[in-house]
Amino acid sequence: MSQPLIRIAGLRKAFGRHRVLRGIDIDIEAGSSVILLGPNGAGKTTMLRILATLSKATSGDVQIAGVSVNDNAEGIRRYLGMVSHSPLLYGDLSAEENLTFYARLYGVSENDGRRDDLLQRVGLHHRRKDLVRTYSRGMVQRLAIARALLHNPPILLLDEPDTGLDPQAAEMMTDLLREIGGSERTIVMTTHHLERGLELADRVLILSGGRLVFDERISGLSYGDLRPLYDQYVGTGTP
Amino acid sequence: MKRYFQVVWAVLWKDLRIELRTKDVFTSMAVFAALALLIFNFAFELRIPDKSMVVPGVLWVTIAFAGVLGLGRAFISEKDRGSLAGLLLAPVDRSAIYFGKMLASLIFILVVEAFILPLIVVFFNVPLITAPLLLILLLGTIGFAAVGTIFSALAVNTRAREVLLPVLLFPVLLPLLIAGIRTTIGLLEGQSLAEHANWLQLIVFFDILFLVVAFLTFDYVVEE
Repeated sequence: MSQPLIRIAGLRKAFGRHRVLRGIDIDIEAGSSVILLGPNGAGKTTMLRILATLSKATSGDVQIAGVSVNDNAEGIRRYLGMVSHSPLLYGDLSAEENLTFYARLYGVSENDGRRDDLLQRVGLHHRRKDLVRTYSRGMVQRLAIARALLHNPPILLLDEPDTGLDPQAAEMMTDLLREIGGSERTIVMTTHHLERGLELADRVLILSGGRLVFDERISGLSYGDLRPLYDQYVGTGTP
Repeated sequence: MKRYFQVVWAVLWKDLRIELRTKDVFTSMAVFAALALLIFNFAFELRIPDKSMVVPGVLWVTIAFAGVLGLGRAFISEKDRGSLAGLLLAPVDRSAIYFGKMLASLIFILVVEAFILPLIVVFFNVPLITAPLLLILLLGTIGFAAVGTIFSALAVNTRAREVLLPVLLFPVLLPLLIAGIRTTIGLLEGQSLAEHANWLQLIVFFDILFLVVAFLTFDYVVEE
């Protein structure tokens, strides 16, 4: 059996005495799209931040392409693109300047046309000279996706990227993610919007109380099937 | 190594670009410094026979207090706008981010010093703009920016971060401030820089020490 692209083994995280993750084991194959569901405080964002090397696990290990984040976090970051509800952009820079800045951070050539190509793909090329603080929330999130894809990472981590978007903007973002996902890129996404998550994913994970309580491939699973399962495992709260 | 300096430059370029556009940091630091000098000027006029006696203290204290305003913004503004994670996700030794931020803070403080030095000359009638004094100011400001930037990163994940930065920073800055003030007193009294070699060495040692400490510890400082 081939090595999974992402291997999470015995992952635990505590903030002081508060245990957020209580031993998570997950293997994620290259090219798969995984949605991570769970109520607030289940540990979804914490797990994603550990995957992104923004937070250290209390114990356990995360390996990406066979390399542990504890051994080479700097090298692993090249594999990752991240979009969260916070866009990681600068409102006082234009879209073009933001992407130029991130291109320099990632060592991406500024002259290979990738920046313009991405701005075209997310439909913001005509607004590239405008300051980001003049953008709508939906436009900011589309630019955040362009930022995350700038170095063409094989793994995209999405932490509730649809938070604060109106339905139309959220739909547009889902279409965009489906388009850029393809079969080559691995996507791990947390969301509170179960139906939208199902449109993108081929596997569903549910976290509750810091534990993985559900892990199934979707294959024909509809919202109608998943909703009762979700309620069964985490209760009838969100999403 | 080239990649490392590219990231240092990228962070510096970004901070300078935003500051040139918004002037947030410069305005708050410069206005604070000008007001502090004005208050010092009136306060000392009433009781001190020769105002030039207090100029070294006024100069360094004004720079320290105004500088803290700018240093506080170095990482707090990144945290507030939610862009800190974007920096930390970069596939590079994170100390490069520190040096980019440190250089930006250094430039902001030096610009404010260029603004307040003529004001001190006017208010206190002291020949302050001389090559040895500018050298001491530059060296002192490097140390100030070096330690202030790392403490700004340290404070950013705490609840009382605006308060914590000066509380942490000023005790550590004390040797630098004393050395700066002592040297400035000597230079204003007409002594040469060579006569204050010990203080000068202390400032240089302070600069190197904190630049090395920051280089070695920055990754741990910003870690959750």
